Amino acid sequence: MSVAPAKTITYRDALREAIREALLADERVFLMGEDVGAYGGCFGVSKGLLDEFGPERIRDTPLSESAFVGAGIGAAMGGMRPIVEVMTVNFCLLALDQIMNNAATIGHMSGGQFQIPLVIRMTTGAGRQVAAQHSHSLEGWLAHIPGLKLLAPATLADARLMLRPALADANPVLIFEHGSLYNLEGELPADPAGVDIERAAIKRPGTDVTLIAYGGTLPTALAAAEELAADGIDAEVIDLRVLRPLDDRTVIGSVARTHRAVIVDEGWRSGSLAAEVSARIMEQAFYELDAPVARVCSAEVPMPYPRHLEQAALPQPATVVEAARRMIGTAPDE
Amino acid sequence: MSAAAPIEREHGLHLLREMLRVRRFEEKCVELYSAAKIRGFMHLYIGEEAVAVGAMQALGADDAIVATYREHGHALVRGVSAGSIMAEMYGKVEGCARGRGGSMHLFDAASRFYGGNAIVGGGLPLAVGLALADKLQGRQRVTACFFGDGAVAEGEFHECMNLAALWSLPVLFLCENNVYAMGTRIDRYESETDLALKAASYEMTAWAVDGMDVLAVEEAARRAVAEVRDGSRPVFLELQTYRFRAHSMYDPDLYRTKEEIERHKQQDPIPALIDRLRSEELLSDEDVEELERAIAEEIDQAVAFADAGTLEPVEDLERFVYWEGAPA
Repeated sequence: MSVAPAKTITYRDALREAIREALLADERVFLMGEDVGAYGGCFGVSKGLLDEFGPERIRDTPLSESAFVGAGIGAAMGGMRPIVEVMTVNFCLLALDQIMNNAATIGHMSGGQFQIPLVIRMTTGAGRQVAAQHSHSLEGWLAHIPGLKLLAPATLADARLMLRPALADANPVLIFEHGSLYNLEGELPADPAGVDIERAAIKRPGTDVTLIAYGGTLPTALAAAEELAADGIDAEVIDLRVLRPLDDRTVIGSVARTHRAVIVDEGWRSGSLAAEVSARIMEQAFYELDAPVARVCSAEVPMPYPRHLEQAALPQPATVVEAARRMIGTAPDE
Repeated sequence: MSAAAPIEREHGLHLLREMLRVRRFEEKCVELYSAAKIRGFMHLYIGEEAVAVGAMQALGADDAIVATYREHGHALVRGVSAGSIMAEMYGKVEGCARGRGGSMHLFDAASRFYGGNAIVGGGLPLAVGLALADKLQGRQRVTACFFGDGAVAEGEFHECMNLAALWSLPVLFLCENNVYAMGTRIDRYESETDLALKAASYEMTAWAVDGMDVLAVEEAARRAVAEVRDGSRPVFLELQTYRFRAHSMYDPDLYRTKEEIERHKQQDPIPALIDRLRSEELLSDEDVEELERAIAEEIDQAVAFADAGTLEPVEDLERFVYWEGAPA
């Protein structure tokens, strides 16, 4: 346990401290991406790092997602430990060839001759009225790909601490930072202990229903759990944290206790990560269930700009509460 | 045939041997494909051998190679054994990628051979990254990146030319212009068919070379590698070549005339080098016979090695998707 006093920190600052720590710890680490240097990062994550570490290690790139993501792969194969920032998950589609056909594939296809110890960070998610080309949650899509590891830090501790094990991993690791979390503020120990990048975390223990969330939907699920508690429904909340490989054990263990599950996923419902988690619960805990698994996902539309439509498209605490109540049989209208 | 510099007998024989190795190896591959020993897509380099053979002369053991799916020749000339390439094409675990990749995905870490990349243009970012790693670690190495003319139409080409030039990265871009992107002739898919001119617009040294002349390719590659290594900046070579066979084993070759192919066969780099060496009295009939005999033996051994190879146990299917622990 840490003895240093806790300090107040934002999610954004926690990410920056993690990158800074990595740059100080290992000279093979460098950061590259669009506007990570002089601008300080599109979301301010890398502010100040150019001054401290210089342009060789904090590299502003052209708007060439495929080239600089692929260059990250090549640099990792060449002995470096790159951190590549892609501005948003929507933009990573321009680098999907490199992510899928090279980063995820070369290790296996080469018969195990090459490792790609690469970290790619990207912003994901909606809620900021930036419309249909900057707002999507495509984690589920990317989680389809064997060979990748996917992380979704939803807490200050994970924002601060997931990068270290991600860089120490021999596999390509994608880290999804939800845009609505950057200003999240709270206390962290000044010298925090490490975290794993293998297990889901139970953020709120409960007995009646399991709410399964990740990234931007963790606050939604926690808010729903509070509301349910006021009605006497004791919800357990799981933060998946690691989206691939999924930690089935924590999820199944929880569902085996609560006998009910609601999955809260900002991705589109069809073919979503929520669909995968649901299927695993069916496969591994079907006879534990007292009710069909429920999913609260985003509406299947390109994310609209006006606030009321955007909010209508996104999972809301009230929708989660309604889904949980319905499966427990206390929905107000039933 | 470039006539300027004198040629030494041993070096001339070496170039001839390497081109013949690639030619005979691939002719054997055609047989084995017909016999269903080799399956999947297979793309032949026949006609283009002078490019890989000439360019590879300029590279050292520490340099890296990134190639395409038409890479049997590059792997052979780089020093990947004929047996391990053939075993790879047989899908055997003794193959240079454990049989996982096949014809299009030859890999060999020991000789820094980074594939075998079958997405057109997809190897260029890897090459840029390998060169970036060298630059950041202060190593004077060159990454040689082979790709076809078709790749020039891809966005990844332009992104990588820009990035390599902008960051002064030691990449040798080797564009094998065989005039066709699969079945589409270059003047039907490029608004500007002078590829060296395109590359030059990214502020890098670029020029076109007769890719049917192994001596010209070698000379150009040596000059280019010197600039890349000493100047730590990219250079682009357009190697003008021609493939004598169809795009792949599936291609009925309907998009060009037999006359066109025959015309290009008049520039076959192998007879051209033989003629040159003979004209300088550096090569006898016995020399050619001896080369052919040794190559036939090497290929027979490669086929025997592949035939005797074993299949990867199905239990290993998921091996190397993920690694446990820290990077090696």
